[in-house]
Amino acid sequence: MDPRRSQKIAFAVLLLATLLVVLPVVVILAIIVAKGASAISWDFLFSMPREGMSAGGILPAILGTLYLVLGAVIFAVPLGVMAAIYLVEYSSDNRMSRLVKLAIVNLAGVPSVVYGLFGLGIFVTFFGFGASILSGSLTLGIMILPVIITSSREALESVPKHFRTVSLSLGASRWQTIRHSVLPHALPGILTGMILGLGRAAGETAPILFTVAAFYLPRLPQSVFDQSMALPYHLYVISTQVPGIAENVRYGTALVLLTLVLLLNLAAIVLRSRFRRKKKW
Amino acid sequence: MSETSIDIRALNLFYGDFQALTDIHLSIPARQITALIGPSGCGKSTLLRVFNRMNDLIDGVRVTGEVVINGKNIFAPGIDLLSLREKVGMVFQRPNPFPLTVYENIVFGLAVHRLARRNEYADIVEQALRSVLLWDDLKERLHHSALTLSLEQQQRLCIARVLPLKPQILLMDEPCSALDPSATLHIEDLMRELKKDYTIVIVTHNMHQASRASDRTGFLYLGKLIEFDDTVTIFTKPAQTMTENYISGRFG
Ligand SMILES: Nc1ncnc2c1ncn2[C@@H]1O[C@H](COP(=O)(O)OP(=O)(O)OP(=O)(O)O)[C@@H](O)[C@H]1O
Ligand SMILES: [Mg+2]
Repeated sequence: MDPRRSQKIAFAVLLLATLLVVLPVVVILAIIVAKGASAISWDFLFSMPREGMSAGGILPAILGTLYLVLGAVIFAVPLGVMAAIYLVEYSSDNRMSRLVKLAIVNLAGVPSVVYGLFGLGIFVTFFGFGASILSGSLTLGIMILPVIITSSREALESVPKHFRTVSLSLGASRWQTIRHSVLPHALPGILTGMILGLGRAAGETAPILFTVAAFYLPRLPQSVFDQSMALPYHLYVISTQVPGIAENVRYGTALVLLTLVLLLNLAAIVLRSRFRRKKKW
Repeated sequence: MSETSIDIRALNLFYGDFQALTDIHLSIPARQITALIGPSGCGKSTLLRVFNRMNDLIDGVRVTGEVVINGKNIFAPGIDLLSLREKVGMVFQRPNPFPLTVYENIVFGLAVHRLARRNEYADIVEQALRSVLLWDDLKERLHHSALTLSLEQQQRLCIARVLPLKPQILLMDEPCSALDPSATLHIEDLMRELKKDYTIVIVTHNMHQASRASDRTGFLYLGKLIEFDDTVTIFTKPAQTMTENYISGRFG
């Protein structure tokens, strides 16, 4: 075939594939915005639900999701990063570390409802945290651990080897080397993992179903041992469990969830670009 | 007889089953430049990395024999690696400053070893840059990224980076191989300047460099030290025919 022609075809096909990826995202967004925007109001965002959720706002669900996501991140990021540091910087390639790596990969493939059951068994029942923000956060945290460990590992492995060699040759200890010559340069990649984890933790319903989510709880949680409403579960409830909820309220709730995830991601991305600008090689 | 800085006795080094250094005996004089030459793969870098024990980072390395620095065998149990590396600085083949500012590169070692107060840093940075003749070029750019410097400047910076630790010994593994000829000459001048205060061991592939810059030269072949003598002797009337063949370019 004429190279000019094949070039054109290749270009067109690749462009089409890209558009096909973008298209659903745009359509989903458009539908949600079109159907839900009319529900958004000050009252909707900042007041309690009333009359069996058919009126009032979704504040407890918004705050609940925020707390859960923050809790999950606070639990999973330090733990995941430390595990990644151990795997990359300290452990040598032996049977044990291969086993750990295999376990992490498998953990990533576990369906989220299994995490929910696990959380119910361990945190709610065994540790006796009950259905609470604590149990929910820990469950979500464990769910996002694999993605955080995996992306942290990749970030650490992409730091050039000579940073470590030079640092050690200057008499820095292993830990000083990690702390000052490796981690700062891996931070953007680690934050990417955090962003992915954030989105996932905010959106999942199954893991919070048995561990924290309240069907209808028109007050704000007072402590980490309280139950709480959460956006994804609330959305599920008003869409399928409670008849007669106005369509724009359902789509409005989805819109809020989507916006919340986007805002959290945005914050993390801004943070990341801060670090990128400071550290370049 | 001049003072000895590094005394190597019956040194053997193995990478797993492969013996990279065999029965090396060598006394490296203080405050002189010692060059290690030999064909590729003969063990020059390996020997250099023995002196600050950077070979420890490689899995499966085994060492026998003694290397005495400051009266202590650095392979004796209980040796503090961190202070050994403080005393024995290393400059690598490729200029490899950290992707930090010039200033941060130089204070890195100070911070790691807590050697000075913060308010002394500025003076130490100036002194280090002066020693490598970079101060006038860089005094306005202390807080620019070190990666914006020319390669020669970067390599000078890498030398400056080890100086604040007040090392006794500087190890340089082909420090000029990424530099152009004039930068190479500049670094050699710098080495002659630095040898007043430091023992310098340099690995080089460049016969001219060894003969120009060093006081003593060791010739390694297949992990053995074939000959070690004054540089002039090695390059004019070596005792071994193997050495003679190598420096005259007949092999390697
Ligand atoms: N990490 C390692 N593991 C196993 N063998 C190694 C390792 N590093 C070096 N060797 C082997 O040890 C021998 C000496 O290597 P070394 O790097 O010291 O040589 P060199 O004289 O510095 O060579 P060059 O001039 O190419 O830099 C070589 O045969 C090399 O293959
Ligand atoms: Mg070498």
